[in-house]
Amino acid sequence: MSRRKLLRSIGGLGALLLAGCDRLSGTTWFPKVLEAGERASQGVHHLLTSRKSMAQEFTEADLSPQFRSNGTSAPNNPQYRALAVDGFASWRLKVDGLVHKPQAFTLAQLRSMKSRTQITRHDCVEGWSAIGKWKGVPLSEILASVEPDGRARFAVFHCDDPMTRDGTNFYYESIDMEDAYHPQTILAYELNNKVLPIPNGAPVRLRVERQLGYKHAKYINRIELVDSFRHIAGGNGGYWEDNGYQWYAGI
Amino acid sequence: MAAEPYTATQSSQKRSYLYYRHTVPVRVMHWINVIALTLLMMSGLMIFNAHPALYWGKSSYTGRPAVLQISTRDAESAGQIGVTRVFGREFDTTGVLGLSEFNGEPQAVAFPHWATVPGYYSLAMARQWHFFFAWVFVANGIAYVIYSIASRHLTRNLVPTTAELRGVGASIKDHLRFRHPTGEASRRYNVLQKLAYIAVIFVLLPLVILLGWAMSPWLNSVLPGWVDIFGGRQSARTLHFIVAWLLFAFVLIHVFEVIVSGLFNHLRSMITGYFKIKESA
Repeated sequence: MSRRKLLRSIGGLGALLLAGCDRLSGTTWFPKVLEAGERASQGVHHLLTSRKSMAQEFTEADLSPQFRSNGTSAPNNPQYRALAVDGFASWRLKVDGLVHKPQAFTLAQLRSMKSRTQITRHDCVEGWSAIGKWKGVPLSEILASVEPDGRARFAVFHCDDPMTRDGTNFYYESIDMEDAYHPQTILAYELNNKVLPIPNGAPVRLRVERQLGYKHAKYINRIELVDSFRHIAGGNGGYWEDNGYQWYAGI
Repeated sequence: MAAEPYTATQSSQKRSYLYYRHTVPVRVMHWINVIALTLLMMSGLMIFNAHPALYWGKSSYTGRPAVLQISTRDAESAGQIGVTRVFGREFDTTGVLGLSEFNGEPQAVAFPHWATVPGYYSLAMARQWHFFFAWVFVANGIAYVIYSIASRHLTRNLVPTTAELRGVGASIKDHLRFRHPTGEASRRYNVLQKLAYIAVIFVLLPLVILLGWAMSPWLNSVLPGWVDIFGGRQSARTLHFIVAWLLFAFVLIHVFEVIVSGLFNHLRSMITGYFKIKESA
């Protein structure tokens, strides 16, 4: 075999292996094998950090001139639009599921609760980052008033933005109780000292600062505490998770 | 490492024999690395395609333009073209970057799909590949470092001696003339080779891992602000991209040197361990 022939067969083998990669990506079992990477990341990350390890906070000088809106920027939902008309005066945030005292909060009630302001960096799964100043009510405050049941393992955020054109398939996300009680996990109602704009998730959106942008659910209307999210929508804990993205978005 | 000749064959003028050059762990870890780094590079390019722009600083939106940006735009005469902007200067890169043909169809994509894993647009799947093989690569790297130190592979075979370091100039000249050590001298790595391996193993590879970690929002919280040693998260992303291409450049040179200094011999020695040494008469 000549050198050229050998190189050519190595090249051919490479092309064949890559075609094999695409075939593997299309199977149901192989992506599950790859998920071992996600589990390893989550496990190692939790070994390296404490439950309340804080995301970096920035100064006003670091603020992005305009905070980018990604995904939905105007929910195609008549009920949501009706609520937006009067500044979300009749909007309610329902908190239920595995809680002792299910409640519905008005925007005014949320605004009157203890608040936290933080300048943090938003990292999109696509690769870009933007820095914004958020003010909101810590999720731990809400949890304290609804009194979660000991069985609650996840907080599921149900949203008002439909992800399909026919106005169905609403966005949703979920986080575990460690993140739910994290000091920087807030329901933000202000961005850069102004009322949270509709493109950024009005009236309230989640900030869960140690995770990627898709975890930061916008247009929240209900928080449901559950012991498993298998029965919700596609069963993977979020709209993007149902579309192949990792539930653990810390990387 | 066994230094005894394995077999000796007598030819008319020159003697040649097989020398046991690469131990089993080195060979196994080398090929695991080939697979892991190839898949990391190609899935990395697909991840880049999701937002084909690089920035300097803590965020992407600082008021300053992107350092590098690959896009597709309409050119009145030519229809769609692929463009690459580097520090604001625009280059037409149609055919490769920004717009490329795949299966006979023009595609508006930053890096062409023949260079990505998967070979179609899927950020979710590319991330699964990337993080799985990142752990394979990290585990392999840790095993390699422990092995190299424990077996003295590092001190015996990789760290150049002072005498060798004095010969760097001569070695550069030899490399440029494609002259390679023969006979007994070819048992050892040459000094440039040693320096290149050490730079890759102990500088570039750890750096690319660290830069990867710098992009993880969760790992950012290990010590808030540590990412600023790289100039911020977006700078880290830019550097991760640059170091990946430096590794690619190393691989190109490495494979080139393998080809010009005896493709069969090197392949055999990295597969079976045995390297044929021709004694200079």
